[in-house]
Amino acid sequence: MEAEQSLLERCDLWGCIQCGKCTGGCPVSFKTTLNIRRLVYQALVEGELSPDGMAELWDCTTCGTCVLRCPKEVEPSDLIIALRTTLVDGGVIPPSIRDALTSVFRHGNPSLMPPDERADWAEGLGVKNISEGADTLYFVGCIPSYDDRAQKVAKALVKVFQKAEVDFGILGVEEKCCCNEVRRVGEEGLFEYMVEEQRELFKGYGVQHIVTTSPHCFNTFKNEYEGLDIKVQHYTQFVAELIEGGRLTFTGELNKVVTYHDPCFLGKQNGVFDEPRRILRSIPGLEFREMDRNRDRSLCCEGGGGRMWWEGTNPEEKLATSRFEEVLSVGADVMAVACPFCLLTFELAAKAGGYDEKVQVLDIMELVAQVI
Amino acid sequence: MQAALDVADAGFKAYLVEKEPSIGGRMAQLSETFPTLDCSSCILTPKMVSVGGHPNIELLTYAEVVAVTGKAGHFRVKVRKKPRYVDVDKCTGCGSCAEACRLKDRLDSEFNMAMGKRGAAYVPFPQAVPLKYTIDPEHCLMIQRGKCGKTPACSDACPAGAIDFDQEPQIVDLAVEAIIVATGFDPFDPRLKPEYAYGLYDNVITGLQFERLSSASGPTYGEIKLDDRQIHDVVFIQCVGSRDRSLGNAYCSRVCCMYTAKQAHLVREKLPDARVTVFYMDIRAFGKGFEEFYDRVREEQVLYRRGNPSEIYARGGRLVVRAEDTLLGQPVEVEADLVVLAIGLVPRADTQALAQLLGLSSSEDGFFQEAHPKFRPTETDVDGVFLAGCCQGPKDIPDAVAQGKAAAASAIVLMSRSGSQLASGEE
Amino acid sequence: MAPRVGVYICHCGINIAHTVDVEELARAAKELPDVAVARDYVYMCSDPGQQLIQNDIRELSLDRVVVASCSPRMHELTFRRTIQEARLNPYFLQIANIREQCSWVHPDRESATEKARGVVSAAVARACLLQPLEERDAGVTPAALVIGGGIAGLQAALDIADAGYQAYLVEKEANLGGHVAEFPRTFPTLEDVHALLSALIERVQAHPNIQVLTASRVTAVDGFIGNFQVQVDTDSADSGSVRSTDLTVGAIIVATGFDTFDATLKPEFGYAVYDKVITGPELEQRLSNSYASPEGNPLGDGDIEDVVFIQCVGSRDRSVGNPYCSRVCCMYTAKQAHLLREQLPDARITVFYMDVRAFGKGFEEFYDQVREKRVLYRRGNPAEIYKRGDRLVVRAEDTLLGKPVEVQADLVVLATGLVPRSDAEDVSTLLKLSRSEDGFFMELHPKLRPVDTTTDGIFLAGCCQGPKDIADTIAQAKAAASSALIPLCLGNVRVESVTCAVDPLLCSGCGLCEEACVYGALNLDKRRGVMTANQVLCKGCGACAMACPSGAIVLRHFTPEQILAEVEAAV
Repeated sequence: MEAEQSLLERCDLWGCIQCGKCTGGCPVSFKTTLNIRRLVYQALVEGELSPDGMAELWDCTTCGTCVLRCPKEVEPSDLIIALRTTLVDGGVIPPSIRDALTSVFRHGNPSLMPPDERADWAEGLGVKNISEGADTLYFVGCIPSYDDRAQKVAKALVKVFQKAEVDFGILGVEEKCCCNEVRRVGEEGLFEYMVEEQRELFKGYGVQHIVTTSPHCFNTFKNEYEGLDIKVQHYTQFVAELIEGGRLTFTGELNKVVTYHDPCFLGKQNGVFDEPRRILRSIPGLEFREMDRNRDRSLCCEGGGGRMWWEGTNPEEKLATSRFEEVLSVGADVMAVACPFCLLTFELAAKAGGYDEKVQVLDIMELVAQVI
Repeated sequence: MQAALDVADAGFKAYLVEKEPSIGGRMAQLSETFPTLDCSSCILTPKMVSVGGHPNIELLTYAEVVAVTGKAGHFRVKVRKKPRYVDVDKCTGCGSCAEACRLKDRLDSEFNMAMGKRGAAYVPFPQAVPLKYTIDPEHCLMIQRGKCGKTPACSDACPAGAIDFDQEPQIVDLAVEAIIVATGFDPFDPRLKPEYAYGLYDNVITGLQFERLSSASGPTYGEIKLDDRQIHDVVFIQCVGSRDRSLGNAYCSRVCCMYTAKQAHLVREKLPDARVTVFYMDIRAFGKGFEEFYDRVREEQVLYRRGNPSEIYARGGRLVVRAEDTLLGQPVEVEADLVVLAIGLVPRADTQALAQLLGLSSSEDGFFQEAHPKFRPTETDVDGVFLAGCCQGPKDIPDAVAQGKAAAASAIVLMSRSGSQLASGEE
Repeated sequence: MAPRVGVYICHCGINIAHTVDVEELARAAKELPDVAVARDYVYMCSDPGQQLIQNDIRELSLDRVVVASCSPRMHELTFRRTIQEARLNPYFLQIANIREQCSWVHPDRESATEKARGVVSAAVARACLLQPLEERDAGVTPAALVIGGGIAGLQAALDIADAGYQAYLVEKEANLGGHVAEFPRTFPTLEDVHALLSALIERVQAHPNIQVLTASRVTAVDGFIGNFQVQVDTDSADSGSVRSTDLTVGAIIVATGFDTFDATLKPEFGYAVYDKVITGPELEQRLSNSYASPEGNPLGDGDIEDVVFIQCVGSRDRSVGNPYCSRVCCMYTAKQAHLLREQLPDARITVFYMDVRAFGKGFEEFYDQVREKRVLYRRGNPAEIYKRGDRLVVRAEDTLLGKPVEVQADLVVLATGLVPRSDAEDVSTLLKLSRSEDGFFMELHPKLRPVDTTTDGIFLAGCCQGPKDIADTIAQAKAAASSALIPLCLGNVRVESVTCAVDPLLCSGCGLCEEACVYGALNLDKRRGVMTANQVLCKGCGACAMACPSGAIVLRHFTPEQILAEVEAAV
């Protein structure tokens, strides 16, 4: 960082009237001492705030509810990220997060996986590399590339693209972490460095259209990669178009009762609520049921904001538990998700809470791929 | 109404143009008024009757202004009288048409904020002035489809032969010296705040709907009830659609703190055992008797909790209001059987059209712009055109009445100068 | 000749007819003594209903009319006009309320009908004893008196004068402008008020229809609407003598303004003890361009690093007897904080508050702006101020942190509220004004009559009726002008016909009636030793008739005979 800006110069907090909507809506506020409203106030009162000893700062999932709800257009989560930056700069950071960051820097992914194995999941699927030229870049993302469970989503999506005869390519081993989470844990420097690299890569290949698996990649490309003159879509938006445009047709029936969990980065933060539902409703035989906490009121899975890399101050209480209770209360067999973080977080929680017998957690593409 | 009354009482002629079938406006929809707890209709209807009976006031109801030319002292105004499909000279207000209407009780009553029903032949509320029936052209079978059973039920039932489906809109030309704009406001649509799930849960209602429930002449005859459900916990949420930049409504709606306090009091009166909570950010009890009323309501065990709720969801058949209590510094979930959203006031949807007609500007908040915010609150930049009431900005009844009189003063000054006063009794 | 009564039973749609058997009622009414005709009809107040009555009056020579319907508050005037148009004195009308007092409150048909029968028969009994009353007008002097030369008085006088009538503006200070003259800039626009106010004052002084009397006080008021006799005393600047002027006016507007709360009544804040603790109005003066500070710096000696504002001083405070809100302090404090920020770009500025009442047009947006200027709003009403070294310490609880705090300050500004003027009692006695519980002058009805008083022809404008800002004051001043212009424009006023009558043969001049009368309508005629009742001031409330030990006063239209006849018939 250049000239040291004070906390209040970095974060525009003066608009705050202490109404409490942020803490009121914060999904983790019941299970942590983190009180964003009070932090904003303390920052205003004291002018500076020391994050020393505030382990609860890492509980924030950056779901964006506080920003969405604030009536005075203050972005309270900016403060959390600014405080995290201070901690990161000082090296006071949970080791697992530090390791993830180092891994992103060295290997282009947070999971210490070898970069040259990034495209292994696509072997034998007939997926071309973007260097060969294509209409659409399918940006796979770190987790779907490397995680066994999440790879199934990537494969399902590939099947969908191929059935719909979409001209797409992947970056393969050149693909690197989008760094949405990197920014959110306070590593602004690394974020800017990686963004620069990635932007050059896209430009180099003349990319016009990007479709992502993860809403996190979608969010950062669409909103935070400055000067990117590319149409960015989450796969639900693109696939809905394919179905409604007649390019993808169903050949079978899927007789399941399915409910849908709105991911924070797709729904609350980017307003994409309808397309995933349109896809699900178009699947023949599928009975769609809404949970009560849906759309703008969806409950965060606790995967974002670095929480994939550190379990937080209160790992025993999981928001996922109340989510499963809701799934059961609407009588659904399947919780459909559209985000790899939600997928993994919920699957883990299902096993831990004994819900895995009663509820299947599946990505929307996994459902679609079964009947095309 | 107040502006017209003052002008008329001073001996001048006033044309009162109202687009609904009856005068009375929003005050007719309220049950009681703060801080005196007067029955709103009871103090309003005598004024309505005075207006209706005043020799110097000509009422043009169910009519709209469609063109204005000229300038102060010499305006020409074209008013379009919408067809009621009822001959007002013959109609006695007996109500037989509404009783007989085939669509009786099938249409949402706007007056009752969709919590009650009406037919296509209707009168907005029983104390309407003028007490003449109207047929809603958007739903009436005869008007929409050219056929209503064998013969229209209303025509058959009307003892005065007043139903006339051949009525056409009429244009009336008026020559006036001054124009007072008192077109009021619209209530904020809480569907713009999806986190409150209005429309999804039928026990999340707006403040205006609460007025209708509480009103003795409303759809539940004054009982606070939703079917047979027990109401143990009532939660009020302030500032819905106001003080909210995320919606583009940065301004304060001025009346909601007080109307909520009044409604909380009414809940306490009608449901003595219920727990009543008001979630707020600041309590704006600024007027005469307001702070004292706020004190009284708290003494009646209405709990004021500081915090603006973030969302409402359902659990086990009850509503859950999620907020932070900023004075405890802790997030809370408060269960409720009824949530009342204190919706704000927004400019009427036709504000722009009217502004164009009259050459008026709007302030940043969307309401009509006054000539000077401090020194000329009821004048506009157009000579001879004055503002009164909520069309200039949200305000309560005493402030609206004062403004109505203020606009009348400006009009009287204009008309006195030109010496056009009527002798009393003249038409 | 026996009276001929027409009885008309209204169905009021289903409002009455649903519960009361209206046909039966009409039949029963026909059997009552002196009833010539009894009809029932669906809406008596409608045009056809009124026609029915008028036709019967003409064809059946009716001389009394009873309408059994809704409350007289709804349609008494309507039906009086109806029968007047048929050449019957309007006071031969009697309304029987069988709606609000019967069908709307008694659900059982049988008992409701029975009660309605009683009500109607009482009405008929009374109708037979009604007497015709005169409808009179009194002339109106085409002039108005405005008491108070602040912004409310200035605006009211201008409207009266612009409409072509004479306005007398009486101001007790030597200069016009009132409190507004003390503000340099106003919220939320931060404009220079001085220019705007001067323009207003100039218009007033130059207006041919306005006579301004400064350094003057109203010392006596007599008379009634249309004809007030007012005495004004003016202090001569040099000679120390007092010149009296007599004025006759048709209407009076009271715009006497307010005083500011005396901060010494809150000793815990150290006002008048610490010179760095000042009030909002005092800061206002110092920020004004014209302020010549004895020390050179209007904000006092020394650097100012920390400024603390304290809201609600003397308002919302039962412990000092002021439970009400003073309405303007949240905004004037925000404005002052903004102005101070302009002068002290690096100072820390804090506002301690309970609720921020930014309710008016542009207010909330201004409050947002002020916070963006790094003015810190802390919720909590400070408990005390003390000294530590040469700095002040403000002790409070920050209720959002839930912790007690000590904030050091170099300047503390107390947002003192508005209180009724110290001479409000004198003014209210002079003009027979009532006062609300908060001590300000009382308007006739808090919702629908914000500028009228219990005395016809006397109106209120501005802060003397209750705290308010400039915009609301101007609107209210114009509202008062409108009320005053009504009698002025008409040239005459209808005098209430239902008034009291004194029988000089019975009256012993004891004066108990005068004590009972709140309108000042009764006076002792010393020469004759009996009371006289001013027929214009009398409102027909009947308090005098009850107070009189000799039965010498009777309220027309409500005589004991009439009332007793009603009661007997009902019982």
